[in-house]
Amino acid sequence: MAKTPVQFRLNGSDKAVFVDGGENLLNVLRRGVGDMSAKYGCGQGTCGVCTVLVDGEPQLACLTLAETCAGRSVDTALGLSDGPNLHPLQTAFMEHFAAQCGFCTSGMLMAAKALLDRNASPTREEVAEAISGNICRCTGYEPIINAIMDAAAKRGGGSNREQGHARV
Amino acid sequence: MLEFRKEYFKDERDDRLNEVGQPRQRQDMLGHVTGRTRYFDDHAFEGLLHLKVLRSPHPHARLRSIDTAAAERAPGVKRVIRAADVPVNKNTLLSLINFGKDDEPLLAADKVRYKGEPILAIVAESEAAAYDALTKVRVEYDPLPAVFDVEEALKSGAPVVNETYPTNAFEYHEKYNHQKLRFGDVERAFAQADFIVEERYQMSPIEHAPTETNGSIAAPETNDRFVVHTCTQALFFSLGTAAKLLDVPSNRLHFLGGTVGGGFGGKVDSLTEPLSILGAMLTGRPVRYVLNREEEMLYGCPRGAERHYVKDGVMRDGRIIARKVTSYFDAGAYTRLSSYGAVKCIAHIPGPYTIPNVHAECYCVYTNRTPATAMRGFGITGVDFSLEVQMDKLAHKVGMDPMEFRILNAYRDGDMKAHRREAHNCALIECVQVAAEKASWPIRDEYRRMNSMTGGGGERAVIPPTATDEGGRIGAGRPATSTPPRPPPPTVAPPPRAPVPAAAQPRAPQPATTQARPAVPPPPAPPPPVAPAKPAATPQHGATRFSSVFGTRRR
Repeated sequence: MAKTPVQFRLNGSDKAVFVDGGENLLNVLRRGVGDMSAKYGCGQGTCGVCTVLVDGEPQLACLTLAETCAGRSVDTALGLSDGPNLHPLQTAFMEHFAAQCGFCTSGMLMAAKALLDRNASPTREEVAEAISGNICRCTGYEPIINAIMDAAAKRGGGSNREQGHARV
Repeated sequence: MLEFRKEYFKDERDDRLNEVGQPRQRQDMLGHVTGRTRYFDDHAFEGLLHLKVLRSPHPHARLRSIDTAAAERAPGVKRVIRAADVPVNKNTLLSLINFGKDDEPLLAADKVRYKGEPILAIVAESEAAAYDALTKVRVEYDPLPAVFDVEEALKSGAPVVNETYPTNAFEYHEKYNHQKLRFGDVERAFAQADFIVEERYQMSPIEHAPTETNGSIAAPETNDRFVVHTCTQALFFSLGTAAKLLDVPSNRLHFLGGTVGGGFGGKVDSLTEPLSILGAMLTGRPVRYVLNREEEMLYGCPRGAERHYVKDGVMRDGRIIARKVTSYFDAGAYTRLSSYGAVKCIAHIPGPYTIPNVHAECYCVYTNRTPATAMRGFGITGVDFSLEVQMDKLAHKVGMDPMEFRILNAYRDGDMKAHRREAHNCALIECVQVAAEKASWPIRDEYRRMNSMTGGGGERAVIPPTATDEGGRIGAGRPATSTPPRPPPPTVAPPPRAPVPAAAQPRAPQPATTQARPAVPPPPAPPPPVAPAKPAATPQHGATRFSSVFGTRRR
């Protein structure tokens, strides 16, 4: 099958891959460039564990044609931290026990990041709405919503980063 | 916030411990929030092949013929795996602890017993190629009558689902078709009860629906071993299962796992590992077998359906004097873990209540439905749902508050349970009191003052004579007239213990008492139930556990 070259930026780095016609972004990320942070859960766009940002917008990688990402920026949970410094959302997820098995966490974080990037102080309802396409089967949604609210409140404070590491 | 009430659990936790009882961050949390946690599917292999199975469209059918010629020639196909390729194509999960007979093939050989049962597997260069090839397989089925209802399945003349168990019921100790519990004489007590409440409860199967579907990747390793990345919740259990089905020493299998994307009981059945490994053995390449979401939801072994019939005798003052339960566990087509679930069910009856007459039977039944497995308290959850709904109905019947009704009937420390073990560490009363308080549910002072540590033991610690038939068995019921004479409650001197044949006599974990409890305990002066406190015996606390499979006790 003929393959198409596709170039895009992944977490700030240039990537070039050959993709099959109709191949989805999730497969390209996982098998093509080795970023395993986005997961396969349903392949139908219903569970949200493959959520990544394409040009800052949350997208379901399993339903996104890889070829449509040419020339665009893709962000995944692997690129969320700033070197060793965790993103406030990551710190808040740790502090609020907002992950148990962890399988939905990458997608949750990216959906939450998209929200906070466009709305720095969301209401609880807005947070719930933002993660309504992301299914968690372990911890329930309350700790996750609490973590996102807390991250929004602390964002820019900066002091919670060290605390997050200290607890590991 | 966790609250530990030391007055009830004073030695449950040593306050001098530095780590236990302290909040600590999960060791895997950093991996989760950075996206670096590696699940089974997050491992890259050069030359990875993909395995998909052909599933039966029929719930029950004989396999007349299978033609794979076209599939084998399909693009990208490396190998078609048939039942004959499986070295030991019959297993039951709990055979690893010598519980039950081998009853399930890895790939169906002669017939299929549930819709979705794997018949053969195709290993191909891509998932798409494997799916395409599956459409080219030709299978001729002779559909057979199917049975989907547990009680229908137990009737004579019902289709035989699983020939290993021709009566469609699991055989305990190779001769009993159900689990049995007998304590006192329910029929006699029913005759004396003010009210009888009899209900039927039915639960549906429940799929765990983990966000990560079941799957594994197996790859040839050095030294003729195979490395297996798996989502299993039970790493060594799955290793043992795979070693048995593939007839290899377990040291040829190197299982890596423990990172599970949601399990809840649905990842203990080793659904994929044996085929992944077999695929790797037959092709010499890494093989990945992952259920897609549709397979996970339809065929990924749910919590089984249960049906419970509960018949209770209750007195006007709220005391339950008899409870009779008949339970059916729908195992689906194969045993998996349902036999054990039924053991847990019978061990939970009659619930956390002191009831002097208990009669229960629990069947693990085969039907042409998806095999059931573990899920979050399986064996207990369904019967507990039934018993607690029943408790509400009983409370309504006698006109009592449902919270107070539970407090009245709850175990107290020192009470004898229907399983002939003394109740310790009881805390239901306190739980109900706290629940009522938190819910601003008014309960009367006398019920608020009750506790689990007083009021138990004494007469409530007595094992009553257990009703038996003429042959000394506790099986079939028998006429009430053959009941050994008992005193009319409440003041007549206790009779000698009823002669219970040694074979049927339960082993009491304590010295025999000389006092038999009447089938119906004396009506108390309205609550609290003030049986004499257990003489001198300090309440035992601490974890005494009981293995319901082996009956061993450990501290």
